[in-house]
Formats: sequence, structure tokens, C-alpha cells
Amino acid sequence: MNDSVPERRVHYLNVSYGLKSWLLTTDHKRIAWLYLVSVTFFFFIGGLFATLIRIELLTPQGDLVQAETYNKLFTMHGVTMIFFFLIPSIPAVLGNFLIPLMIGARDLAFPRLNLASWYLYIIGGLFTLVAAAAGGVDTGWTFYTPYSSIYSNTHVALTVVGIFVTGFSSILTGLNFVVTVHTMRAPGMGWFRLPLFVWSHYATSIIFILGTPVIAITLTLVALERLFRLGIFNPELGGDPLLFQHLFWFYSHPAVYIMILPAMGVISELITCFSRKRIFGYGFVAFSSLAIAVLGFLVWGHHMFVSGQSVYAGLIFSVLSMLVAIPSAIKVFNWTATLYKGSISYDAPMLYALGFIGLFTIGGLTGLFLAALGVDVHVHDTYFVIAHFHYIMVGSSVMAYLGGIHFWWPKMTGRRYPEVLARLAALIIFLGFNLTFFPQFVLGYLGMPRRYHVYPPEFQVLNVLSTAGASILAVGYVLPLIYLIWSLRYSPVAGMNPWKARGLEWQTPSPPPTDNFEVTPVVVQEAYAYDVLDEPEVIYAPEKAAHV
Amino acid sequence: MNIPHVVSIKLYAAIFAALLLLTLSTTGMAFVDLGGDLNALVAVAIAIVKALLVILFFMHVRYSSRLTWVFVGAGFFWLLILLTLTMTDPLARGWLSPVGQ
Amino acid sequence: MSDTPAIHAHQFDDPVQQHEASWLGMWVFLATEVMFFGGMFLGYMFYRSAYPQGFASASDRLDIWLGTINTAVLICSSFTMALAVRAGQIGQNRLVMIFLCLTIVLGTLFLGIKFTEYYQKFEERLVPGNDFRFEGALVSSAEIFFSFYFAMTGMHAVHMIIGVSLLTALIVKTSRGRFSATYNTPIELVGLYWHFVDIVWIFLFPLLYLVGRHLG
Repeated sequence: MNDSVPERRVHYLNVSYGLKSWLLTTDHKRIAWLYLVSVTFFFFIGGLFATLIRIELLTPQGDLVQAETYNKLFTMHGVTMIFFFLIPSIPAVLGNFLIPLMIGARDLAFPRLNLASWYLYIIGGLFTLVAAAAGGVDTGWTFYTPYSSIYSNTHVALTVVGIFVTGFSSILTGLNFVVTVHTMRAPGMGWFRLPLFVWSHYATSIIFILGTPVIAITLTLVALERLFRLGIFNPELGGDPLLFQHLFWFYSHPAVYIMILPAMGVISELITCFSRKRIFGYGFVAFSSLAIAVLGFLVWGHHMFVSGQSVYAGLIFSVLSMLVAIPSAIKVFNWTATLYKGSISYDAPMLYALGFIGLFTIGGLTGLFLAALGVDVHVHDTYFVIAHFHYIMVGSSVMAYLGGIHFWWPKMTGRRYPEVLARLAALIIFLGFNLTFFPQFVLGYLGMPRRYHVYPPEFQVLNVLSTAGASILAVGYVLPLIYLIWSLRYSPVAGMNPWKARGLEWQTPSPPPTDNFEVTPVVVQEAYAYDVLDEPEVIYAPEKAAHV
Repeated sequence: MNIPHVVSIKLYAAIFAALLLLTLSTTGMAFVDLGGDLNALVAVAIAIVKALLVILFFMHVRYSSRLTWVFVGAGFFWLLILLTLTMTDPLARGWLSPVGQ
Repeated sequence: MSDTPAIHAHQFDDPVQQHEASWLGMWVFLATEVMFFGGMFLGYMFYRSAYPQGFASASDRLDIWLGTINTAVLICSSFTMALAVRAGQIGQNRLVMIFLCLTIVLGTLFLGIKFTEYYQKFEERLVPGNDFRFEGALVSSAEIFFSFYFAMTGMHAVHMIIGVSLLTALIVKTSRGRFSATYNTPIELVGLYWHFVDIVWIFLFPLLYLVGRHLG
């Protein structure tokens, strides 16, 4: 023992050890880690299903799996990726970790509800895994009736119960975020000084709260119909399959905005930091988030253009779907304007952000193609739709998630990550992604239907390209898994603010103490004040101590 | 923010009496043929009045902050979106026939 | 026990902030419940507009007097709940217990009447499924009506049972002196929940029981 050994700083990771301290934690930062590990697990499960799908599609014949098995593969791929990865990912990992820090609070409003939310997610996930192990579901993640409610012989009830339970996880997260942002902002943190990350999570929470309950009741009714022969969707009694579709898509369309809004929030943080500039049009971006959340509830019928829905309803939904593109476009313009004359650096998070802008533009524009009723009639249920939503969900959301993980990794762990490897992985992902999904636009336009395990031989070349791309993409995803874990032990220690970024989360040590700030900060700057870096962001009024 | 406002027992009793009266009248009105869909409309209208009384007085929304009103309003407004926008489909199904027919 | 000191959870700065957060949090939860039940109300509207006669003649098979009585019972329980919250606000713990007990009694009475109705419907073979029997050409839409009847009142009953459990927990806490004029938020929040469940029934009653009574 000698006196030159520095005193080890206590922070949220080392304040206590042991399984119980993690499984019974109410610290939002630890809960974020619980989610991070869990969603990563489900990401790779969903990826496994995708791998099997892409291998089957290497050849026009159905030679790897039977049709029924293939139905189960794409169903489980969709269910796992959407409900157990995409929907929770950014909000439950980055949102949970960062929102209290970004607003200058010690924790979320309801820390125990936060933990309950994770347990609900796990229980729901277990139900779904058991259903998968017991033979899976073959209805498609969309569970259309009456196949799902009457005719399918697979584990529908088990799976929908899993989704129901996980849905409550989302609801509690949204509830927590909304109440926290309203009531727990630090002094000086007015609404219009909030980071746009917080605005986008607030908007996402609106969807969590008002949309998720509808799918909860919808899936409950399907389960009741299967278990107790209630006749709500039964065509023999006069039941209308479209009722299910309306109820299902009322949530599931806003759900896609759940999957993109948090990503957009991440991008606003990355673009500003790596251009060293204030965001262009803060107010526009903030209100666009709200507009997307609200308008997103008015467009669900565009999934039902060819279902037999009234053409007049279809017309209304088509027009509204065009409108919802406007706030998204505003964001893309504003990010681009932020880049203009910025001092741009190409660290890994920025590579993900730049990739996002390009890929989101393609995904978003192709969404407009689909919103046009006349076009959709031809490409509905083809690979065009699949390519469209993967450009948004994978090319945009997943890339933003990875960009965010890299950006805030030093804050969360106190370590840097290997920058060269990270940039390499980002490039591999970008290339692999485009090779996987761009051919699918062409395939869909040429008429290849989705959810088929066999296809006409003239489509093989494009399918092979797509599968090749998927294998490259897989490498890109495995790399961060390896080097991020490696970095926990071997990367250099990160300081408080390695990126010299603005934002309250960078005003506290890396990793932060359990209560986030030693003293409650008082905010005195607007958000993204990169042009006045010498001016302090916060002051500490000594009487406003964090603890009484 | 909810500044604790203690409502008088008299007011609660008055609301209670009103609710019981409205219940009896809704049952009574059910037997009177008002023609067309008017019966359903009246029944729902009475239910809305009852719900408003419960919300405003029993649930203290009358004495609550504007933020509370926004939250309460948002819930019901979203329900309205669900009901009305969906109903455009079944109500307009027969209006436009496909091209060529 | 006398006034409990105004302690607040560590993430909050003061009891006022904690109360505001709890109040808003409960309203957010109730908004989710509006949408949850709302899905079933949509389904009901969807089919009632398609099958008005089937719904009317099926609705006639419900006992309008039991339904009216049950509505009155729930309204009484909302009154006693409001009085319980009021007693909590002024720190009258004995009154809180009395009114909470009355609310539980009324809630249980409601559930008893409800399950009696269910049993009657079971005997009359009006439960959807293989055993469903309904005279006339409107049998299919009648079965759809009864599917909604059981789904909606069943889900409502589940919420009532949860409510009664919450009230019981409140009584236990009150008896241990946990509440006072400075801290009675849980009573207030359970009150909000209870009133909400009452409001759901206020809409269920006319929509399920009073569809076609005027048609004679």
C-alpha cells in the first residue's frame, strides 16, 4: 500500500456489485444496461431468422425449408425484430440512460416502474421464445384474422400474450418519460432549451401511451377468440377481417414512428456535435417531432389499400400519408442545413449519422411511392414494401442506434472504443445494407411477392445479391459486439467530455455518479451552443444541493 | 399541478343525485321511440354528461391545472380519432364501385 | 398516528413535485385505459352499424333492471370513493376507512350482480361458442353481440376486481397510519382509477342494455 494510489471514484457501475444489485436496481442507468443486453440478444435472434430466410432465398426452389416453416421464419423475424428489438432499442437503452442526465435530474420520475418495465419486457420475451421453441407462429407478424384467430395451428395465443406483456413495458416507459420531462427539468431548462433527443423521445412517448393499448386489446381479442371461441372476427358469423386490420394498424403504423423518432433524436445530437454547429431551425425540428407523432396516427389505412376497405377511406388515408412526410422532410433539410458550413469530422458516430440521412431519404421517398394509392395497388405485398421499410428500420433506425451507442459509449462506460475498427464497421454496415436491400426495390417493382419461399428463376440474381449483402451486413454487426466488449477492459479511459460536446450529460463525470450530478445544475445556455464553447453551459447555485 | 381543493360534501351529494337521475332517465328514455338513430344519440349524450360530471367533480378536473385538461382531453380526442376515422371505412364501403362497373 | 412527516422519494426535489408527477402519471395511465377500452368500443360500433337488428334483438335478452341497478350501485360507489378521498385530504383517517369499506362493499355488490347475470346467460345458452342458441335469422349477429357483451363487461369486471384489491391495500395502509393531510396521494390516485372504471360502465350500460328497447 502506498499513498500514490489514487482514490477510486465511486460511480453508478462500481457503487455496488452482485446480481441482486443489478436485478433489483432502480437506477435508470443500470436499467438501460439491462435493456442493452436484452435487446442485443433479441437482435441476434431476429438476425438468425433473417439468415435462414436469406439462405432459403438463394435459390428459386424451396429447398432449405418447407413453406410452413418459411412462414414461421418470417413471422418470428418480424415479431422479434419489431417488438423485442426496434421498439425498445433507442428509448429503453439510450432514452433511459440519457433523459434524466439531459434534463439535469437525478433519475426518472418513477424508478421502480422503470424496473418493472424491464421485467415486463423480459417476461414478454420469454413467452415469445417459448412459443418459438415450441414450433413458432406462421401468421406473419401482422396476425391477420381469421387465419390467426381460427385456422392457424401454431402458437398464436402464446405469442400474442408475449407481445401484450411487452407492450405494457412500452407503455410504462412512455409514461415515465412524459411525466419526467414535464415535472423534473433542472432550473433554467426550459422546453426550448431541451436537446432535440428529449423532444423526439417525448413525441415517441405520446405514441407509446396512446397507441400501444390498442394493439393490446386487439391481440387480447384474438387470444379470446382462439381460446373461448368468441366470434368477433369470425367470418361465418358475419365477422369482418377488416375490423382486425383497422385495430392492428391503428397501433402498428404509429409503431413505425416509435421506431424512427428516437433515431431522429439521436441524429440531431450527432450532426450538431460533429459539425460543431447549432441545429438549423431548432423549433421546426422540435415541432416536427410532435407533428410526426400526431399525424402518424391518421394514416394507418395505407396498409389496407387493397384489403377491400372503402375507396373513399383509402383516398383520405392516401392524402394524410403524403402530409406526414412533410415534417420528416423538414428534419432532413434542417440536418443538411446544419452540416452546411459546419466543421465536420468523420468519427464513427458521424458516419452512422451521415449514412442515416441518405438512407432515410431513400426510405422516406419510397414511402411516398407507397402512399400513392395507384402505385401501391401494384407493389403492395411485394419486395418493394420490404425494401422500403428496411431502409427505414435497418438503414436508419439501427444505424442511428449504433451511432448513439458509440457516441455515448464513453459516458456510459468511462472508456473510449477503437475508432478505426468502428469506422470500418460503419462502412461495412453501410455497404452490406445497400447490397442487401437495394436489389429488393427492383425485385418488388418486377413483381416478386413477399412471404414466398419460392420464386420465378428470373429473380435469382437479385436474390443472390441480396443474400450476399446480408452476409456482409452480418459481419458489420458482429464487429461492434466484439470490440465494444473488448473496449470495456482495454480501451483508454475517457474523460468527462471526450467529444467536447454540448449537453448536460457531458457536464458530469464518465461514468456518472448514481445521482447523476453532485449538485443540481442550473442551465444558462441554449441547446447546441457550439459557437460559444468558452461560455459555460451550467452554473451551480450552491444552495441547490442534490441531496437534502 | 393539482392544488388540493377540498370539495364540499354538499356539492358531491348534488353531483351524485344528478348522476342517479340521469341514470333513471336514460333507462326511461330507452322505451320511448324517438325515431331513427335518435335513441342511440340521446343515450350516448346522457352518458357523456354523466361522464363529464364524474370527471369534472369526482375526479377534480374542474379544479386542476391546464396541463391536466390537456392530458384528459388528449385521451378522449385520440379515442375520437380511432372511432371516427375507422368508421369512414364501413360507412363508405358501397359508395364507389371499381372502374368498369 | 398523527401527521406523517412530508418525506419525498429521492428523485424528487420536494413533495409538491412528487405529487404533481404522481397525479400526471395516473392521468397518463388512464389515457392508456381509454384507448384500451376504446378498441372494443370501436369493434362494437363497427358491427352495430352493420347489424342493427341483430344487436337490438340480442340486447333485449339482457336484464335491463339488473343493468340499471348495477349502474346505480357503481355511481354510489363513486360517491363513497369521492368522500374517501375528501376525508384523506383533511386527514380524517377513520372516515377514510369507512368510505373505502363502503366502496368495496358496493363494488363487490356490482360484481355479484354481474356474475349472476353471467350465470343466467350461461343457462340461457347465450355464451358464444359451440353452445350458443338464439332463435331466428339474427343468430349470427346476436352471437357477435354477445361476444362483445362478454368481452367488454368481462374486461370491465377484471378492472373492478383490480380496483377492489387496490382499495383493500389502501385500507391496510390507512389502518397503519401511512396517510395524513400532507400525504394522501395513493388514496387520490386509486380514486381516479375507480372513477374511471365507473365511467367505462356509464358508457357500457346504454350501449349494451338499451339498444332496441324502444322498438317494442
